[in-house]
Amino acid sequence: MSDADDTVADAGFDDWLDAAEDGAAYYLECPEDHTSLPPRRVCPDCGSTDLEELALPDTGEVRTFTVTHVPTPAFEEDAPYATAVVDFGPVSLTGQVVGIDVGDVETGLTVELEISVSETTGERVIGLRPA
Amino acid sequence: MSDVRVAGTGLTPFGNSPERTSRDLFAEASIAAFEDSGVPREDVEGVLYGNFMGELSEHQGHQGPLMAEAAGVQAPATRYESACASSGAAVREAVKRIRTGEDDVLLVGGAERMTNLGTAGATEALAIAADDLWEVRAGVTFPGAYALMARAYFDEFGGEHEDLAHIAVKNHENALSNEKAQYQSAIEVSDALEAPPVSEPLGLYDACPISDGASALVLTSESYAEEHDLEAPVAITGTGQGGDRMALHDREYLARSPAAREAGDEAYADAGVSAGDVDLAEVHDCFTIAEVLALEALDLEPIGEGITAARDGRTTADGETPINLSGGLKAKGHPVGATGASQIAEVTDLLAGDHPNSDHVADATTGVAHNAGGTVASATVHVLEVLE
Repeated sequence: MSDADDTVADAGFDDWLDAAEDGAAYYLECPEDHTSLPPRRVCPDCGSTDLEELALPDTGEVRTFTVTHVPTPAFEEDAPYATAVVDFGPVSLTGQVVGIDVGDVETGLTVELEISVSETTGERVIGLRPA
Repeated sequence: MSDVRVAGTGLTPFGNSPERTSRDLFAEASIAAFEDSGVPREDVEGVLYGNFMGELSEHQGHQGPLMAEAAGVQAPATRYESACASSGAAVREAVKRIRTGEDDVLLVGGAERMTNLGTAGATEALAIAADDLWEVRAGVTFPGAYALMARAYFDEFGGEHEDLAHIAVKNHENALSNEKAQYQSAIEVSDALEAPPVSEPLGLYDACPISDGASALVLTSESYAEEHDLEAPVAITGTGQGGDRMALHDREYLARSPAAREAGDEAYADAGVSAGDVDLAEVHDCFTIAEVLALEALDLEPIGEGITAARDGRTTADGETPINLSGGLKAKGHPVGATGASQIAEVTDLLAGDHPNSDHVADATTGVAHNAGGTVASATVHVLEVLE
């Protein structure tokens, strides 16, 4: 990876992680009440460009999860790790479940957002910690 | 509207040949397809080529003209990329071009070189079919994404890992006589259940292998086939495509494939058939759970019941509707960009009586090919029928 890759942020994604680290994670809502995440310019449901940022609920519930034993190189030292799709109400998010033994993760578990880091690369990761 | 004849099919062996370039693989498949068709190369008016990870595995973009050259064809060429549905998408575009009358003869297919990347490299390359920022950076791998869907399916409809194991056993059994298949070895349910976990609840035998290989088809218009007296009894009579949100977490259903349903409904309507008319299908079983979701999306099984189809024998070689008589991606292999067109080749050969497993479906007249990209954010479905 070049220096440029290491230093140039991904607008939208990194901004959102910054906000989440400040306890200000958000999702988007259009006038038709369609909700979405990630940050975007256009409502994927109706095409509205009038999108309002609203605070993401503090906790969500695990809809499904997996424990990955064969990772990509970016998570080589993290494996085995649990990844979950979490329902926060208006939107769902995919993240890594942290702060719990991977064997104890279960569907329905209540979690809160906590930006974590990959043990392999030190890059920030969307983390989900039992609430 | 003119039906589109499958005049020739060609496949390389699928498997482990890390040193072979995709241009070499596609050349071999195209030679076989031209020989099978009897169509001269100079009649080809375009090349439509599917490939997914060529930039990563071979540092090669702009593969369309490279592959036309490799096939010895002097015609405009375009590469189609839709993750694992790349050559399914290429076939669909070719069908549309022939139907409009714009072209009479097209070379369609795909290739993928993967094993040179190694397991970790190929895992990384496959993961780019998911949303890089919002899925892959959270650790989602390709098997991981399907594992999320598998657990969601179990939670919603029931089922267990042993049900999935029967799908792997069935597809390995089907591949025994397929000399092009990567695995020509039978496995037992216990092998699948005892295999190391990849992404729980999926284990090694729930996953298709990493494969190198290529596929090619010579497609012609009805009128060209008649004028040239081609022996091409099988036609693509229906085509459909569906789409969905890129990331799994943005979908209403985690255990269904609406994009495949959309593609299937469109293809059935286009061909004027219904699911009940389908005698056999090749579906995109990149993971065992994917076969379940495909069967349900295609209305070959009711929602929530596809999980038992293999275990109860409905989809085995001698069942009501044999699924993946080629061995499927699971045992035949999954050189990603080649897969969609290879499924068309397998269905064509099965219907024409030219396949080692044709005896299981001697009276079959209607087959379906289902090709999916990513976690089915892309899907194409084609209906093939014997016309004469």
